[in-house]
Amino acid sequence: MKDFRVTPIRNGTVIDHIDCGMALKVLRIIGVTGENVRSTVSVLMHVPSKKAGWKDVVKVEDRELDPREVDKISLISPRATINIIRDFNVAEKYRVKLPEVVRGIVRCGNPNCITNLAEPVESEFIVESQNPSVLRCIYCDRILEDISEHII
Amino acid sequence: MSDFKGSDVVSIRDLSKGRIEQVLALSEKMIPYARGEKSTKALDGRILANLFFEPSTRTRLSFESAMVRLGGRVIDVAYPAMTSVAKGETLADTIRMVESYSDVIVLRHPHEGAARLAAHFSTKPVINAGDGAGQHPTQTLLDLFTIRREKGKIEGMHIVMVGDLKYGRTAHSLAEALSLLGAELTFVAPQNLQMPRETVKEVERLGIKPKLASKIDDAIPQADVLYVTRIQRERFPDPSEYLKVAGSYRIDKNLLREAKKDLIVMHPLPRIDEIAPEVDNTPHARYFQQAFNGVPVRMAILLLVLGAEANEGF
Repeated sequence: MKDFRVTPIRNGTVIDHIDCGMALKVLRIIGVTGENVRSTVSVLMHVPSKKAGWKDVVKVEDRELDPREVDKISLISPRATINIIRDFNVAEKYRVKLPEVVRGIVRCGNPNCITNLAEPVESEFIVESQNPSVLRCIYCDRILEDISEHII
Repeated sequence: MSDFKGSDVVSIRDLSKGRIEQVLALSEKMIPYARGEKSTKALDGRILANLFFEPSTRTRLSFESAMVRLGGRVIDVAYPAMTSVAKGETLADTIRMVESYSDVIVLRHPHEGAARLAAHFSTKPVINAGDGAGQHPTQTLLDLFTIRREKGKIEGMHIVMVGDLKYGRTAHSLAEALSLLGAELTFVAPQNLQMPRETVKEVERLGIKPKLASKIDDAIPQADVLYVTRIQRERFPDPSEYLKVAGSYRIDKNLLREAKKDLIVMHPLPRIDEIAPEVDNTPHARYFQQAFNGVPVRMAILLLVLGAEANEGF
């Protein structure tokens, strides 16, 4: 950790191996938008990674993520890992994994898709590829381009 | 009992090769009934709800004709602008209401995915009659049926598709279904209207290597089937560019001089001027036959989804 310019955290979540450049999108997913934040959030962008050249890292103190947030992160950064820290120790560590079907966390990019109207249905996508993420809308059959812009 | 009974027909991708064959075989048997030479009451007492939220002539009338020829009845929404939909009712609610009045629902809707949504909410079979720029599976089935009926088979036939292959609703699903059935394919279109890469990839995944071309003349001599679609004016910002491009894909007698004797020319209709009227009287023209084939094919689909194909031993 000596390369890092921030100190270890006591309790919270470290989201590691975020695709380079995606850290700010991860912040948006976990709802770190400014005034609503009650604990320290550290963001490291473009740091060296042993696995894949460069990576981003986000540390959120005193907070654990819910499964929907983890699924959303997996959409924009399929190699990310989640480390849950309790009392300075890594209590849990896992890699994000996209489910086979993604429901209700992204909206269809096709403005003419029926799911973008006021119908009582959640969006639903078949995951055709994990890395890179390729999602096909089960309603209009289109491939979703630019996934990060369509996260709900 | 048929395994088809109760199924929705939303996308041609939902149908296996076996099911497509089943529809085509039953369609063949429906021809004398569709022509009115034989009569049947196979769907006596059954009700079809025709829900057309967009204008249509052929699809709507041929579904109605198909149901009536089978002894069933049709209810419909003639003017969606005057219904509860215009008052802001969701499609989901409309469908839940209509399914309680009918045994099968035929839906055309301006939004992509509408038929899948309807199928989600309906316990009765839903047949997609076109959803926006999306799927139109019964058109694909009647195109396949026309080729098989006219040429005897689909496998190994050389199908040349020409026109607007990018936006044309029928072009993508037809190309995929033809590949599934082993046809050879050539796509002829101006560069900005060529078959989308996604569809080309899907065709290749199914084991067919399609040829892509921008000139129609070179593709004619090898063709067994020429499938023509309309190039729409609104795809071109410059009207003179449109006229130039559309003109270079116009099918006329002169162009067909190089064609095989038994080449057939198909078109989903309506045509504007992409096929010259002089072609109508040549032995190549099959587009009106193709439009008629909508009736036997839709009869077959109705019998299968309602599980009534064995009723009269068809």
